[in-house]
Amino acid sequence: MDFNDTPEEAKFRKEAYEWLASNAELKEGPKDSWRASSEEEGLNQVKVWQKKLHEGGWACLHWPKTYGGRESTPIERVIWGQEVSKFKVPGGYLEIGQGMAGPVMMMYATEEQKERYLPPLATGEEIWCQLFSEPAAGSDVAGIKTKAELDGDTWTINGQKVWTSGAHFSDYGILVTRSDPSAPKHKGLTFFFVDMKSPGIEVKPIKQISGGANFNEVYFTDVKIPDSQRLGAVGDGWKVSLTTLMNERLAVGDASGPDFEEAFSLARGQDLNGKLAIENDSVREKLADWYCQQSGLKYAKYRNISALSRGETPGPQSSITKIVSGNKLQEIANFGLDMLDSAGILRTDEEGAEQSMYQYGFYGAAGIRIAGGTDEILKNIISEQVLGMPQDMRADKGLPFNEIPTGNK
Amino acid sequence: MNFEFSADQMQLKDIARKFLEKEESVKRARNVLEGEASYDEDLWSQIIEMGFTATAIPEEYGGLGLGYLELCVIAEELGRSLAPTPFSSSVYLASEAIINFGDESQKESFLPGLASGEKIGAFAHSETNTSPTEANISCSFSGGTLSGTKIAVADGDVANTFIVTANNGSGVSLYLVDGTADGIQIEPQTTLDPSRSHASITFSNTPATELKSEWSDVLSLLDRAAVLFSFEQLGGAEACMDMAKEYAMGRYAFGRSIASFQAIKHKLADMFIAVELARSNCYYGAWALSTDAPELPTAAATCRVSASQAFHECSKENIQTHGGMGFTWEFDCHLYYRRCRQLAANIGSQSIWKDKLIGSLERANQI
Repeated sequence: MDFNDTPEEAKFRKEAYEWLASNAELKEGPKDSWRASSEEEGLNQVKVWQKKLHEGGWACLHWPKTYGGRESTPIERVIWGQEVSKFKVPGGYLEIGQGMAGPVMMMYATEEQKERYLPPLATGEEIWCQLFSEPAAGSDVAGIKTKAELDGDTWTINGQKVWTSGAHFSDYGILVTRSDPSAPKHKGLTFFFVDMKSPGIEVKPIKQISGGANFNEVYFTDVKIPDSQRLGAVGDGWKVSLTTLMNERLAVGDASGPDFEEAFSLARGQDLNGKLAIENDSVREKLADWYCQQSGLKYAKYRNISALSRGETPGPQSSITKIVSGNKLQEIANFGLDMLDSAGILRTDEEGAEQSMYQYGFYGAAGIRIAGGTDEILKNIISEQVLGMPQDMRADKGLPFNEIPTGNK
Repeated sequence: MNFEFSADQMQLKDIARKFLEKEESVKRARNVLEGEASYDEDLWSQIIEMGFTATAIPEEYGGLGLGYLELCVIAEELGRSLAPTPFSSSVYLASEAIINFGDESQKESFLPGLASGEKIGAFAHSETNTSPTEANISCSFSGGTLSGTKIAVADGDVANTFIVTANNGSGVSLYLVDGTADGIQIEPQTTLDPSRSHASITFSNTPATELKSEWSDVLSLLDRAAVLFSFEQLGGAEACMDMAKEYAMGRYAFGRSIASFQAIKHKLADMFIAVELARSNCYYGAWALSTDAPELPTAAATCRVSASQAFHECSKENIQTHGGMGFTWEFDCHLYYRRCRQLAANIGSQSIWKDKLIGSLERANQI
């Protein structure tokens, strides 16, 4: 039992580090990170960096070389991730395209489509979004209503999507629609990719509890999509969606924000009732719980990496990451604000201020526990897919979609 | 990265599991619980025959000289099967104390017997219903003899070798007592988990030798043992999760398997989360123990807290999942619930270990 690389892994790590060292700036500390002054600026910098990655042969590591990838092994992806995290490099904007749209295009698009659409994803020239959730279809995402009707070889789309990250700057989107409302819920769906500049698409930002707007509502009014942009058979949209949903749950992963180290360091410097907070037993107990959770996730990840390193499929331990880290973040953020006593209610927007880190954690954690599968859905997944327990009884099983009760009179 | 047990170690684990299943270790725990015997002598002699007691004892003292990773996988299986033997007292505490702090003559006199099972060791530490500290231990050592009373000594009534904490006037050290010495009075004590025997022991001018140690070594012995106890707790926790799942799958209510109710599924998911966190932290402890890493105090406290939490969660929710049947004497749920309490108490409470964890992180950060 050790934490060492194999000789091949060490060689890959060295190669990755050396390339990064000559193309990017090292972080000054673990919490130093890249920041952009605006979304537009951020997008520009990400595109420039992605182009550089692609030219250096470090884009979309696991993709085939033909489409701009590197054909790396899973363990090499992990090592790359570890090395890149030491550098101050732009990030975001591209994950949905490269992590969700790319894989689904690779499985279902025609060869010509792959040649046309995959390389610009790898180079960062084109941005994609994912159009799945709807106002009445969140956890029950198969309950979507956005209508797709075929006339000749053109589909007409009408409906509304929600929680679409980056729809306002995306070039393309992957879209799941209902093509047969008289079929049972999972049977009448059809999957497409769509040009986000198509007439009839309207994107409106959603204001979140943090005040920011990272997501959108997307309205479709008589949007035309050629049948050639259908992915998978008519009525097979659920099967196609599952490819991306599995990828999404892996992608959301660890919650970012203040963790044990921040709370520990805060407690060691903060006065609490005339003593340092760290001397308070209630504080020590909470810190110990968070440390054990953080450590458990860290070593669960090491167990995953070890499995990958042996060429094995990682065990189910990764399915606990988001539940544990989202809840931990919510508690730590609450603790950080609580430490300020009554002043913990005062808002500060000062960039990088300790207080603002806990404020963002306070807002953000509430979202993380929902995004990409709520805690409750993830517990269903653990009990069904990991422990092999049966599905809950469904009131909509076998019913034609348009006869399923909706609560609307 | 190779943060996993090796194929050989996993094979050893599998051998241990199959052996304990074949010998119906859980049923034997019930027999000890219900009967007069302090432990299952037949299972104990088979465990000795398998070589498990000799695992981490160096070859020159009659041991197998395998490592602590091997001992960890055995501990997990003993915990899973509630093995009613003095293994933990003799191996994780007594043998470890002598291996780490004994002089040559103490090692030669005691380790071969502990390896072969001829000797059974116990660790006599607690004195009152409060956590033992360097300041409150009143058992004393002077002029080559020990005096004082220890309580809740696991396997105290069956051991013939005692490791005792006592104050020698300048601090607390570990002392080694041969069970045949004069002035030892042993009184069995009734506990919440009668599948593991406990006793109070009064030493009256009992001849003893010092293991070269001070209070920090007592803590270090507890850290080492904590990793191994954590593996027992992990095994117990996972056994409870498996039992709860199996029962829920087969139990029908309201016309359906209760395993299809979200209230039950989410309970099982919570158990799974606790077990996976504990398992990952236990591996961290195993790594620190087997490599003598400077992080051992942190790793030991982390896995101790995490595994205690997991066993607590799983043993109580296992009863809950079984409903009324879980509260009966007939079902095995209570055997795990009892053992969970025994293991949670034996080397210090949750609160103490949480405090130790933060303390060790504070010290690590100062360096």
